[in-house]
Amino acid sequence: MTTIIYIALILMAFGMLLSFIRFVKGPNTADRTVALDTLTTIGTAALVLLGYMFHRYIYVDVALIYAVLGFIGVIVIARYLEGAL
Amino acid sequence: MSAMEIIGAILLLIGSAFLFLGGLGIYRMPDTYNRLQAGTKATTLGAMSLILGVGFLEPSWMIKTLIIIIFIAYSNPISSHALARANYKRKHFPLILHGDVKEMDAYREVTEKEENKEEKK
Amino acid sequence: MKQLTLKEKAERFIINWVFLMLVWLMFTKTFFWQEVVVGAVTTMLISLASVPLFTCCTIKIFSPVRIFWIFYYFWVFLAALIMANFDVARRVLTPSLPINPGIVKFKTKLKTPFAKMVLANSITLTPGTLSVDIIGDTFYIHWIDVKTTDPDKAFKDIAEPFEKVLLKIF
Repeated sequence: MTTIIYIALILMAFGMLLSFIRFVKGPNTADRTVALDTLTTIGTAALVLLGYMFHRYIYVDVALIYAVLGFIGVIVIARYLEGAL
Repeated sequence: MSAMEIIGAILLLIGSAFLFLGGLGIYRMPDTYNRLQAGTKATTLGAMSLILGVGFLEPSWMIKTLIIIIFIAYSNPISSHALARANYKRKHFPLILHGDVKEMDAYREVTEKEENKEEKK
Repeated sequence: MKQLTLKEKAERFIINWVFLMLVWLMFTKTFFWQEVVVGAVTTMLISLASVPLFTCCTIKIFSPVRIFWIFYYFWVFLAALIMANFDVARRVLTPSLPINPGIVKFKTKLKTPFAKMVLANSITLTPGTLSVDIIGDTFYIHWIDVKTTDPDKAFKDIAEPFEKVLLKIF
């Protein structure tokens, strides 16, 4: 079981690394925001998995709040780019 | 290992593989809209599958994991939709590889109409 | 914004209250009376405040036929989501990136804003499509592999299986 969790965590770490490269490189703000959105989603999943690994139930609540805040952040940035804010 | 654990482990592996593919899609695709396509779809199913896998491994967490799954499935498409529209309003037009630009980009007419309105004012 | 009658207001209030209360019960995972009373009061205040802002559907949503169609829609949607992911995986892993992007438009027959939002979300999560904007009843869709620019044919390819079911629900 531990091996499977480690494999999953390594795959997710590579996904986060690739989207982080896009976050640094991205030609314009929208590209960076797309990368940020992906990072948030992968981070939510990683928090739930780490909570299972360490047997901490509170991590699941943290993941839920993180998902909500990431969603609101992306929406706010999108509204700002659109010029509606 | 019980049956629940095996299902959970398979879901974990599928989920993390799709999360990795989402990151790879974000890195490889040539313009913002295609990045949104790859990023949104792959990470949505990846996160849903991985969190459901944890729910199978730890059945007492099932209800809260289901709430997170519903929230992700509801919010990810909305944020990508908002980003796509904002990006178009900033005049970053999509990449067109084949065919006539006017014909392949049906949204251009809307933004042009808005521009004409503003010029008249 | 059009003026709401008292009946419509009551309908919106009850539906919002029921859904919020369901979410509250899922969060707390208990039927202990103090928790339920606190939840009932809080969700009642929130749904009272959101009456002029938001509605998802009419009270007809609770009829058994419609609940059956909601379940059916769930499976249609899940199948499309899994298909979409294998499609993305194939495109991302092919070294030459087989894409032919463009934006197409089509018209929908759905009326209520919430139904349009569900259709737009489903389109975003299905193979190779991403909804960019909705103006009135026209959808503008970014398509990663454009097969046709004709609105009717694009509608058949992208939205028909979802819209058929959504028309039965809403």
